[in-house]
Amino acid sequence: MVSNRLLALAAGVVATFGLSAAASAQNTNITGAGASFPAPLYQKWGEATKAATGIQLNYQSIGSGAGQTQIRNRTVDFGASDSPMKAEDLEQHKLLQFPAVMGSVVPIVNLPGIENHKLRLTGEIVADIYLGKITKWNDPRIAELNRDVSLPSFAIAPVYRADSSGTTYVWVSYLSAVSETFNKDVGVGNSVRWSTGTGARGNEGVAGTVRNVRGAIGYVEHAYAAQNNLTTTQLRNKAGNFVSATAENFQAAAANADWSAPNFAASLVDTHGANSWPIVTPTFILLPKNPQDAGKAQAVMKFFDWAYRDGDAIATGLDYIPLPEQVEGAVRAAWSSITVDGKAVWPAR
Amino acid sequence: MQQAVPISADNAPRQEPGGASPAILRRGGSGALGDAIFAGACKAAGILVLLLLGAIIVQLFIGGLDAFRTFGLSFVTSTEWDPVKEVFGAGVSIYGTVITAILALLFAVPVAFGIAFYLTELAPAWLRRPVGIAIELLAAIPSIIYGMWGFFIIVPLMSRYIQPAVIDTIGTLPLVGDLFAGPPFGTGILTASIILAIMVLPFIAATMRDVFETVPAVFKESAYGLGATQWEVVRNVVLPYTRVSVVGGIMLGLGRALGETMAVTFVIGNANRISASLFGPGNTIASVIALEFGEATMGSLKLSALLGLGFILFVISFIVLAASRWLLRSSLKA
Repeated sequence: MVSNRLLALAAGVVATFGLSAAASAQNTNITGAGASFPAPLYQKWGEATKAATGIQLNYQSIGSGAGQTQIRNRTVDFGASDSPMKAEDLEQHKLLQFPAVMGSVVPIVNLPGIENHKLRLTGEIVADIYLGKITKWNDPRIAELNRDVSLPSFAIAPVYRADSSGTTYVWVSYLSAVSETFNKDVGVGNSVRWSTGTGARGNEGVAGTVRNVRGAIGYVEHAYAAQNNLTTTQLRNKAGNFVSATAENFQAAAANADWSAPNFAASLVDTHGANSWPIVTPTFILLPKNPQDAGKAQAVMKFFDWAYRDGDAIATGLDYIPLPEQVEGAVRAAWSSITVDGKAVWPAR
Repeated sequence: MQQAVPISADNAPRQEPGGASPAILRRGGSGALGDAIFAGACKAAGILVLLLLGAIIVQLFIGGLDAFRTFGLSFVTSTEWDPVKEVFGAGVSIYGTVITAILALLFAVPVAFGIAFYLTELAPAWLRRPVGIAIELLAAIPSIIYGMWGFFIIVPLMSRYIQPAVIDTIGTLPLVGDLFAGPPFGTGILTASIILAIMVLPFIAATMRDVFETVPAVFKESAYGLGATQWEVVRNVVLPYTRVSVVGGIMLGLGRALGETMAVTFVIGNANRISASLFGPGNTIASVIALEFGEATMGSLKLSALLGLGFILFVISFIVLAASRWLLRSSLKA
């Protein structure tokens, strides 16, 4: 049997070349932990790579903060985080940070009779809603932007994520970028001090509350909104155009972002470009620069190399946004900084 | 956090120490060693509880020390909770914890009493078992299920029908109106209290039923013989006889209500504000810890504040337990 002989040959190669060859052998297990937002995608990628490359991924969706802690303690092969780690922390813990994929956050509303992508809002107005300064849907500032829509006189009921989350981080980053008052009074973090509204747990909690309460506004991951047919709004971007929450507009934001930031910590919030959706975010992977097991480190890089090359269809199918090609190239180049005994682990031979 | 409250210890039939039968005494020799081992094992188990309790308290206190040092007494009184500026105060969550637990008891105790009264005095014999089992099953439902049920069934019901109706009628009255004002989110202090009441109901009802059944038939028969009505029998014979255990059952419920986490997190609205309205959102100590713990990094002031909150919850539970003991001190001695 040909396959048997091949297998025997492979075993011989493994025995001869030891560690470096072991990485290319069948059924390498890698473990990762962290951000819950990209977890469904990593799961799907894992199933696909198992068939394609034999790398088996075990990903635990435990939250970005816990993911950072785990990779700092080296209990997993890679960590995953929605918000970028501070440069000095990366330095101190000898970690390499790179983006895996992007997602976007969208406002959702419950206004009977108003269709998806119909209502026009600006970041300043949304910030003032969440500061409790605009309290009625027929406020003149909202009405001015929506002359063709008959706005109800309902009270606005703002809904936010009660649990500490990367989604909140991106949302308040955007509101802080466009509203100085919001930046000063609330600021940026995974959980912040809200002055009005009600909190709900998880994307499903926010969506459920918005669905229940007439006149509610909330924010969720776009993937969640798309899969549950929630009513999203338009937002005005930096160029002054009103844009809808669509895949093309997310791509436009990614293409217009400045990816030259150190550690790939690019801000995709309120980017330039005529069609850019203003609330887009990369989600990050954290890798040790001094891995104990070269084989595992190489397998992690192989996994994401495969995901960059062949994983785009799966990503867009799940409403995530693949990275622009030149960013993927830059990430591959950065992998060469990962060394074991002074030798680069990537590119794999 | 639940306290173990001795249920009807005073009513249990007492076994006299010297009451062992001669057959057991005749076994002889090996019994002495067995006794010593058994006594030692029981003693170790008893001490283990004390050690565990002490270790948890000390650990929580040490963990929260950073927050206590940074904010001093204002950690307990301040209503500010701002993770961005790293200012933490437990005021709102302490208020939320206490008020939801008290409201829950207010709703649950009368119903639990009704259930126990019905099952022991009024219900036909064939119905007692099924209803009794149903109550025990209610207690076995995991709290996350109550949370989801509350969020998907009770909250929409509240926000679409009950709250708008109440806000438009009672909410417009002077004085009382403030208690029922605000937007009809469906979530909030009142909804959380209702869910909590349903959750503690089986504990209180089951305890009450069990202790009502321990009342010797002779006492009740005598009262009936004197011409007392069913209500008078319960009021003047059953309740005084079982008072300690009834309060114990209520305390058991209160303990569960104070520490309940998942269900409350779903329905309380999770806002760090004290609102005059019962429909307003709030939070509790347990819900804040559950929501914020996942993203609190090791060694941060936030993590310390969360552990400090845990310590405060421990202290509140202890005060509740101590207060109930103190209230019952005369009857316990008797």
